[in-house]
Amino acid sequence: MYDYLLHIAVLCGIYVVLSISLNLAVGFTGLFNIGHAAFYGIGAYTSALLTLAGVPWWIALIASAIMAGLFGFMVGVPCLRLRGDYLAIATLGFGEIIRAVMKNWTGLTRGPLGLPGIPKPSLFGVQFASIDMYLLLVVVVAIITVVIVNRLVKSPFGRVLKSIREDEIAAKSLGKNVVKYKLQALTLSAMFAGVAGSLYAHYITFIDPSTFTLMETVLMLCMVVLGGAGSIIGSVVGAIILVILPEPLRFISLPSSAAAALRQMIYSVSLILMMIFRPQGIFGETSTTKKFDLRKLLGMKKPKIKLRTKKNA
Amino acid sequence: MLKVTDLHKEFGGIKAVHDCDFHVKKGEIVGLIGPNGAGKTTVFNLVTGFIRPDRGTVIFDGADVTSLKPHIIARMGMSRTFQMIRLFPNMTVLENMLLAMKNQDEGFKAAIFRNPLMRKKVKQGLVRAIEMLEFVDLHAKKNELAKNLSYGQQKLLEIARALVNDPELLLLDEPAAGVNLTMLKKIKGLINKLKDQGKTILLVEHNMEFVMEMCDTVVVLDHGEEIAIGTPKQIQKNKKVLEAYLGGTEGCE
Ligand SMILES: Nc1ncnc2c1ncn2[C@@H]1O[C@H](COP(=O)(O)OP(=O)(O)OP(=O)(O)O)[C@@H](O)[C@H]1O
Ligand SMILES: [Mg+2]
Repeated sequence: MYDYLLHIAVLCGIYVVLSISLNLAVGFTGLFNIGHAAFYGIGAYTSALLTLAGVPWWIALIASAIMAGLFGFMVGVPCLRLRGDYLAIATLGFGEIIRAVMKNWTGLTRGPLGLPGIPKPSLFGVQFASIDMYLLLVVVVAIITVVIVNRLVKSPFGRVLKSIREDEIAAKSLGKNVVKYKLQALTLSAMFAGVAGSLYAHYITFIDPSTFTLMETVLMLCMVVLGGAGSIIGSVVGAIILVILPEPLRFISLPSSAAAALRQMIYSVSLILMMIFRPQGIFGETSTTKKFDLRKLLGMKKPKIKLRTKKNA
Repeated sequence: MLKVTDLHKEFGGIKAVHDCDFHVKKGEIVGLIGPNGAGKTTVFNLVTGFIRPDRGTVIFDGADVTSLKPHIIARMGMSRTFQMIRLFPNMTVLENMLLAMKNQDEGFKAAIFRNPLMRKKVKQGLVRAIEMLEFVDLHAKKNELAKNLSYGQQKLLEIARALVNDPELLLLDEPAAGVNLTMLKKIKGLINKLKDQGKTILLVEHNMEFVMEMCDTVVVLDHGEEIAIGTPKQIQKNKKVLEAYLGGTEGCE
């Protein structure tokens, strides 16, 4: 039981890194990236393949950040000139391409068979093999991520990112090189996802393409939206809630197929409720759903926020 | 300061701007007028790099800026406002001002490492931003979100934001449109102050009284074509201009 709780905590830590990094692109800069799981996967495979080839863990960790960042940059160069909605489609396609490569480049990735036996990390003779030690590692990385992203967004740099989210044309008129900033935001976001991928790979010690799907990105997006786009603390809380929320299902004996479906349902129901009653998320300042107002779609004129928000917050 | 020669722009067959030639001298206020759809905003967009001309050149401060990227032109000292106000609605008034400030360390490395130089620049920027907000009498609102300001205050903030870097050339697209009399006076007062300071301004405005009172030179566009250029007095007597304005009584006392 104790180990199980630690396991949940490790997952929380990894998803905190993922949701915060996604928030940097989606919530702060307004880049609708739905290929985040691909950067996560690139990080995981890079780190796994390198350590399996005998490269020290810490070098593999850095390499996975760089590799994911490189891919972020490469997707960004052609896409970031396009308008927002196109970026969503392009990153969606990118995510699927990366997954197809993971599946089919069997010479490198062993395809659907996955990569087993990924070594546990060690640094300066300290082994992170036990779950307590691994949790420590994940918590440290998560805290570093929170600190760095917090610094990024609460600075003149972050202010420019937000201005791009608010009004790109106005940002240009004030002399901001909008394309460069978007590219940097996407690259930094991808780098942290790469780090999360490395953490995941060395924790589970087995990876296969089925982890890095569109559903995974959707889950991360749910965390961002639930916590609040443009809020660091929101991403932390959103990640923790959505990791923990479906866990009680494990204790009800359900056929595994039903359990998986139920998980998805819990995610979607919590998201729909959120969009109806508090579209800006628990801690968010602005709504991510300006364009497709769910309340209008459902024919509800005025949101009844008063009571429900207190419960949620 | 600004020299526009032979400017042409078509939008799918519609000649939005053609044969446009004019120049703005240093310290001068030039008005760009014409009926709705005449191509005034298009001229602004061409000059500031937001759209590329099909033909023609824009020379700013001796440099050819035709088809340069808008952010590069902005950094050369050309500031503009928009006909449809473009603020950062979910950011505070102060943040809106700070974003316009040059000499800020806006790179991500500075953000992560927070060196003392960057902090110093942040402080300097803050002082200048508040100065400017006091100048336009918006400092009481500095922590409000921009979207919560009244329409007139938003117009004022947009002008203040364009002014904060002491631009060489200021382009105002309908600064007085849709504001009440008090705010109109305030904006007039502000532009007069800028005039006294020797600022160079190119402005679009439908309020004729405003244009005739403020401008040294007036350029008139109609259907994308430049039909007249001259002092306010000359323009008021120009036949073509009166025709363009349907009999010409409207506003042209
Ligand atoms: N991006 C665009 N695409 C297509 N047509 C455009 C575009 N921008 C302007 N036009 C057209 O060019 C013409 C000139 O428009 P413009 O906005 O420059 O007029 P304006 O003089 O500023 O008018 P107003 O006084 O109403 O602001 C109009 O016919 C307009 O429909
Ligand atoms: Mg116009």
